[in-house]
Amino acid sequence: MTASHYRRNALIFVLILSLFTVLVSALSAGAGSDVIATSFIKTLGKTLCLALVAIAMDLIWGYAGILSLGHFAFFALGGYMIGMWLMYERTKDIVTQSLNQATIPPTDQEIIDGIGTQIFGVVGSNEFPVIWMFADSLIAQALLVILVPALLAYLFGWFAFRSRVTGVYLSILTQAFTLALSLYLFQNESGLRGNNGLSGLQNLPYVDANQDLVSLWFFWASAVALGLGYLGASYVVSGKFGSVMRAIRDNEARVRFLGYKVETYKLAVFVGTAIIAAIAGALYYPQAGIVNPAEMAPIASIYLAVWVAIGGRGRLYGSVIGAIIVSLLSTWFTGGQAPDLSFGVFTLKWVDWWQVLLGVSFVLVTLYAPKGIGGLFDLLSRRGPSS
Amino acid sequence: MRTLLEVVGLSVSFDGFKAINNLSFDIRPAELRAVIGPNGAGKTTFMDIVTGKTKPDHGSVLWGEKSVNLVGLDEAEIAQAGIGRKFQKPTVFEDQTVFENLLMSLSSKRDVWSVFTYRRTEADCASVDKLALDIGLGDDLHRVAGELSHGQKQWLEIGMLLAQDPKLLLVDEPAAGMTPEEREKTTAILVEAAKTRAVVVVEHDMEFVRRLNCRVTVLHEGSVLAEGSLDHVTSNQEVIDVYLGR
Repeated sequence: MTASHYRRNALIFVLILSLFTVLVSALSAGAGSDVIATSFIKTLGKTLCLALVAIAMDLIWGYAGILSLGHFAFFALGGYMIGMWLMYERTKDIVTQSLNQATIPPTDQEIIDGIGTQIFGVVGSNEFPVIWMFADSLIAQALLVILVPALLAYLFGWFAFRSRVTGVYLSILTQAFTLALSLYLFQNESGLRGNNGLSGLQNLPYVDANQDLVSLWFFWASAVALGLGYLGASYVVSGKFGSVMRAIRDNEARVRFLGYKVETYKLAVFVGTAIIAAIAGALYYPQAGIVNPAEMAPIASIYLAVWVAIGGRGRLYGSVIGAIIVSLLSTWFTGGQAPDLSFGVFTLKWVDWWQVLLGVSFVLVTLYAPKGIGGLFDLLSRRGPSS
Repeated sequence: MRTLLEVVGLSVSFDGFKAINNLSFDIRPAELRAVIGPNGAGKTTFMDIVTGKTKPDHGSVLWGEKSVNLVGLDEAEIAQAGIGRKFQKPTVFEDQTVFENLLMSLSSKRDVWSVFTYRRTEADCASVDKLALDIGLGDDLHRVAGELSHGQKQWLEIGMLLAQDPKLLLVDEPAAGMTPEEREKTTAILVEAAKTRAVVVVEHDMEFVRRLNCRVTVLHEGSVLAEGSLDHVTSNQEVIDVYLGR
């Protein structure tokens, strides 16, 4: 694909995304319509975030050839970082209001103790861990959304790539990384409320707006992030950097003999995609309302790879299509909306069998359609008169 | 005369097998040199060491006017110092166009930030166009490299090497699998390249070596057996015994 193809595709993508956003907004409860329920607006907004993290996955796997099975850890970390601010401020709001009803005005220390008890009572503590020191600043926590995953990705990548760990071994290492992080966060002592995670994230502090509106705002923010992410990714892969990424994927030894430091490039892509994943997560979890360590279980990152494989890796729109279709289908099947199939003695319940269907689709796509759903577009364009 | 590359007392062994045994070799800044020798003589291992792919057990590889020791540097650093390598099998990036392959190889800053912020310039496009003409791919700039014929891939790879503008070019069996006309063209490209830089060609095909019309080094069991003109080395009794006589 040439640079002009990428430009054309990016333009089409942004156009479709804009139309979709306007249409959905007009039909939402936030705009006074009742066609699309607020809960579904949230589902759509979350789906856009998943499409964004799928772009990150496509960049690192489809373009740079590094099958990372740990990028969902960065996604969840992004959610944690913004969640700390949301939870802190929201709790502070409630605590202040309730203490203000007392006859004697509360001291600052009483307010902070109150917040601590509210947030950490569930893990048997009322003291703020050190990592919450910036939780009262939106700017600081927004910066941490980027800095914490970037630093972790840098440290992990530095060790892994410098030792020239590649292929399946690297994939296993990334799985171990996300598992270790998840197990650490499950502990009450981690300072992030153990298995309870952070909750109540759907409420914006100090903003007097109902969920109909808030969900719409997040939907817009997700759409903007996805649009910018697509444009940025498109620009990067169509240029010389993209050329080097694909070259590393196809023959990294040869790239070294051209004078490119392959390890540094891999590290840059790893850190860059971790940041994209974290931003996607920071927009996703306020719409989900809760983030907990189960989110970064190894299976989550594997699903991410499955979306990209089914959608078609090595093409940006493929990963977006894969993430949207598979995650929406997953919501539909596991949400109990899909009608069960009855075969007399045996009833097929989709809640249980959806994963089997997904697994079989993955195997079939890998074997018979390695280009995924995105490959269908090749067939369509080949029939066209232009080529 | 000053040397460009000086290899001194190089040895490396794999599981007790001495692939390179106290090898010494040097080449001047604008010289064409053919390296011949039977299978297992250490030709490819020699290239692996010079380009940083294999670390030697002993010896040094001194480079350039400042005689920097290349041993211990990684592949990318050695490539940036000005050593280019062409492999036996043509290894071009099949998924990318001829233009992209050449542009990526074009001598320029190789650090992540420079490449990330790189924008195509008129000068770079002109260099790529000229290279493509030189290697006979002027009309194929926007074809995907995977579609090229075997010979065209070989030339593209040579073009990529020339794009790097190395001071030393290591070429492993360039004539393998080529038609007679393709060989002739390859010879011309190599001879032309050697006017401005050092070129070392590893080759099995004596006819091809004869056409290069240059100094020849014969390797045997990891060290130099003979060196001189092709006629000189082919009349050497030892060379006949270990190599030509077979």
